[in-house]
Amino acid sequence: MKLLRRITEKITHGILFTSSMVTSITVLLVVLFLFREGIGLFNQTAIEGHLVVVVNSSNPLSQLTSKQVKDIFNQDITNWKDIAGTEGEIIPKSIDDLAGLFTEEELGTDFKNLPDLIEKYVKENPGVIAYFPETYLKKDFKGKLIPLKKISVKEFITGTEWYPTSQPAAVYGALPLILGTLWVSLGAILLALPIGLITAIYMAEVAGQRFRNILKPVVELLSGIPSVVYGFFGLVVLVPLIQKLFKLDVGETALAGSVILAIMSLPTIITIAEDAIRTTPRAMKEASLALGASHWQTLVRITIPFAKSGIIAAVILGIGRAVGETMAVLMVTGNASVIPHTFLEPVRTIPATIAAELGEASFGGTHFKALFALGIILFIMTFIFNMLVETVKTRKT
Amino acid sequence: MALALLLPAMIQAQSFKIKGSDTVLPLSQAEAEAYMKKDSKTSIAVTGGGSGVGLSAIISGTTDIAQASRSMKMDEKLKMQEAGKAFKEVIIAYDALAVVVNPANPVNQLTREQLEGIFTGKITNWKEVGGEDAKIVAYSRETSSGTYEFFKDHVLNKKNFGTNALLMPATGAITQSVSQTRGAIGYVGLAYVEKAVKALKVSYDKGKTYVAPSVASAMDKTYPITRPLYYYYLVSIEKTVSPYINYVLSPEGQKVVSQTGYVPLKK
Repeated sequence: MKLLRRITEKITHGILFTSSMVTSITVLLVVLFLFREGIGLFNQTAIEGHLVVVVNSSNPLSQLTSKQVKDIFNQDITNWKDIAGTEGEIIPKSIDDLAGLFTEEELGTDFKNLPDLIEKYVKENPGVIAYFPETYLKKDFKGKLIPLKKISVKEFITGTEWYPTSQPAAVYGALPLILGTLWVSLGAILLALPIGLITAIYMAEVAGQRFRNILKPVVELLSGIPSVVYGFFGLVVLVPLIQKLFKLDVGETALAGSVILAIMSLPTIITIAEDAIRTTPRAMKEASLALGASHWQTLVRITIPFAKSGIIAAVILGIGRAVGETMAVLMVTGNASVIPHTFLEPVRTIPATIAAELGEASFGGTHFKALFALGIILFIMTFIFNMLVETVKTRKT
Repeated sequence: MALALLLPAMIQAQSFKIKGSDTVLPLSQAEAEAYMKKDSKTSIAVTGGGSGVGLSAIISGTTDIAQASRSMKMDEKLKMQEAGKAFKEVIIAYDALAVVVNPANPVNQLTREQLEGIFTGKITNWKEVGGEDAKIVAYSRETSSGTYEFFKDHVLNKKNFGTNALLMPATGAITQSVSQTRGAIGYVGLAYVEKAVKALKVSYDKGKTYVAPSVASAMDKTYPITRPLYYYYLVSIEKTVSPYINYVLSPEGQKVVSQTGYVPLKK
């Protein structure tokens, strides 16, 4: 009998141990995967699909950044002297332009003459800059290959332009996305925290039993609404409202995202904070009241301090939802990757970027890795926030 | 018992997969449904994911037909060649892109050069293109969309969109936003043009002739922002898929094309 009990105990212990271990290991593996994929971006060039960039051999140019390549093929830079070359017009040619220069007969079957034709063309035109797949590069190519500068961590974080599909080289500057995420989350926190906490206190301490029985299911219903519905509601109702209220040219703004996120994180904050407040032992409250404290004094001095860790947990969970929320934000913030200066401008957040772009990024390519690098930044942002809350919590108790 | 019922069906059944562009997806679904009604022995599975996804799936052999809203790119052709696979390309229908503005906007027509200026962020006020003094708000699809790529290649002359362009996750979101923003301009498939937005006439010859988007003008190729929709398949499985492809190209299949809001190959 005794043996049986010990065995059951051992088994229960084992189950508890493995399930917690499995959880921790899974979390660690996910984080590890995120970092492995994301860090792969750095010390690589942003050029996709084995393309090479070439210029005429007389060109003094030795290296280009992705942004310069983008500006050249966008025809924003049109003269070689603007990028440390000699005076002369830039003739940008993509692989499709190059192939279009020649007839099908000249190209031959399977483009077998293309390498020779490209070499000849680059040799004859001193101002040319061209990109094409490496397979069309002749072994003893007479032009000059231009290496692209590698992506550095600093450039990724402080770069102000996000052009992931620019040809031939993508430009990854995450600053507008980081700031966009911060703006939207900050706005959501500022709106949701006071409203959420006040509602929680009201429901737990002030409201009558019957009213609470109505209010609580209503609040919980809010968390059951799919985020796409919130997004659509935001796009159709909130965006035109903000546009009219502030007389803006465009209603898709950071503010619209903040309001939607605030509404979405309210149920989490209210439910958890209210539960925490209600767990304050009756005896403590009664003792306070017996000593002559008023209802309000008891609430502020006894109930809330006792429930503090629960309230902080509510805040963390609510904000966690706000920072990582994707679909609703994707629909109402406009997603223009510009650096925001006020709440009344369109922004692009990190989760929205990942969700919108991951589908078409080629597996294992630089764009794919850049999106994981964004994921790392998001992870670090929430991590820092949680650490801050933890330190505040431990200092006061 | 169940096995006995299933077996003869399994022996006779022909099945293949179509994968790729989300633009072509509704069309393929309608065609496949109509075809399976006629030929109950064949089963066709249609999935989306994007033109790029479909074309890489046909290279890796995980789909039989790739549907695409753009032609195969250079490096995809190259990969095909490396894999030693011969493929065939069929144009099954056309799709026209309409440039839309808010109905309250007095502007009725734009040239390609003006569109390029607006979407790359060089033109920022409507009065620069003959409208009222108001800021232009440019709406685009997200970068993963084939429509985005097509617009970039054929209207923006391969230049990048301006950073101030608002990127929307769906065509429906663009019509919604354009209908409620006075200074807005966006682009949507012809099938999505509604009363809440106004489609502009477009000129590709520097303002000599302006053409309004319609099924008729897309069919006779006078409307310039028209793109073909493709099916790609391997020559090795031609026998399996050709009855279906012939059906799509037949008058009956082309009727499905116009019913789903796309532009048929011929009248």
